[in-house]
Order: sequence, then C-alpha cells, then structure tokens
Amino acid sequence: MQYNYSAQCSKKNLADIRSFISKTLNNHFRSEIDIHHMVLAVDEVCANLMIHSHNCNPKESIDLFVDVTKQEVVIEIIDTGNGFNIKNYQEPTIKEIIVEKKKGGLGLMLVKRIMDKVEFFKSNNNNICRLKKKILASK
Amino acid sequence: MITIQTNKEEDFYILKVSGDVDASSSIHLDNKIGGIIKTEKKILVDCNDLQYISSAGLGVFMSYIHEMEEGEIKMVLFGLGNNVKNVFHILGLDQLINMVETKEDAKNLVDAI
Repeated sequence: MQYNYSAQCSKKNLADIRSFISKTLNNHFRSEIDIHHMVLAVDEVCANLMIHSHNCNPKESIDLFVDVTKQEVVIEIIDTGNGFNIKNYQEPTIKEIIVEKKKGGLGLMLVKRIMDKVEFFKSNNNNICRLKKKILASK
Repeated sequence: MITIQTNKEEDFYILKVSGDVDASSSIHLDNKIGGIIKTEKKILVDCNDLQYISSAGLGVFMSYIHEMEEGEIKMVLFGLGNNVKNVFHILGLDQLINMVETKEDAKNLVDAI
C-alpha cells in the first residue's frame, strides 16, 4: 500500500511527520521498536533537509511517499532544495562530537544504523532520499 | 513540544524533561543545561515523561560531556523509557552518559562518581 504526506519546511512540522509515519506503519507492523526506529530515521532526514537544504523556509516543502509490502518498507523523501551528496558525508567519530562540541552529525549516523539501505539521488530535478527496511513481523 | 521543570532536593538539581526533544525543541534543553552548569555540580535529569528523543537531543547531552568533566560536574539521567534508551544505545552513547532507573539510583550514582 502507498501513502503520501507533504510538509512545509518548518521544524515545528516534524512532530506531524512523525505522527504520519507512526500511524501509517502501525497499520501494518507489530514491532513497536521497528516502527519507532523508522519514525526516527524519517525525522532525522526531514530535519536535515529542512535545516540544511531549505533554511527552514516554510514556503518550501518536502514530500514523503511510503510504500509498504509484507516484507519491506520503502520511504522516499523528495524535495527540490540543494541536493545532499552522501559521498561527501564524512561520518564524525564520537570523540570528535564530544571534543569539538558538535551538535550535528549524529542524525545520519542513526539513519544508517537503523535502515537496511539509504540512498540519495537526483531524478527530474528532484532530490530523492530512499530508505528501505525489511520487516518480518507484519500484521 | 517540550516542557522543562526544575527542582532542588538537597544539593541535587533536578531537571524534569517532558514531551519530545527533536530538532525543533532541543534548543530549550540546550539553553537550560548551558545555564545550570554554571552554578550546579550535581544534576539529575528526570526522563520519566520524555516521550521521544532525536539526534538533536543526543547532541545536546553529548556537547556538555567535555565541559562537565573539566568542571567536575556530575550528570545522571534516570527513568528513560525503552524507546528513548534505545536511541542512545544505537550509537553506543549509553556507555558515555550515565543513566539509571530511579531518582534514588541517580542520587547514589552522582555521589559515587
């Protein structure tokens, strides 16, 4: 089944995005921890896009598409901001975060740990972040 | 939506954080901790009503580790729900930040470390 949601690029909308993902996945899956993980992963990607690609401009928006099968969830987060190039992303070490007091950098680490596959690519002038996770305990 | 209440018990400064700590609300937690570490040495963070934390919240706690060590300030989190605890665990941060079950455990640990 497919679901979609659109949100303006204001950080205040992150709670509504989490609620959308949570409700959508609750229709299909039993595992509370898996659902929480995917809510967190989507929250992290959307927060990054809103802050770094859209400067939290509420006139701009991001679109979410969720495709659920019995075995897998594919979530696409699509926007037209400055594209994020994952090849340029250097994962910080925990020591760097502590010593340099960096408050960022942890989000994508979480996303990569949580999801089975994380892709960023461009298609028809859109930036697409595609997250995939296999799930066994479906309803 | 985040709510932060403060309370003092003996020489423990208790910070009760309720709601969601995400990219939108983490600034409030950051400002609060940044303020209290100027005067307090024993800080307990009550997470019993903390429903959700994202990397923005983790980043706040992480960013004060160094300063707290230098200032000999002790901080312990207590009462974390499974989902919140799990977010720390994914990145192994539960090894760097003190967390226990109850307020009494937190007081004992602050006095022991």
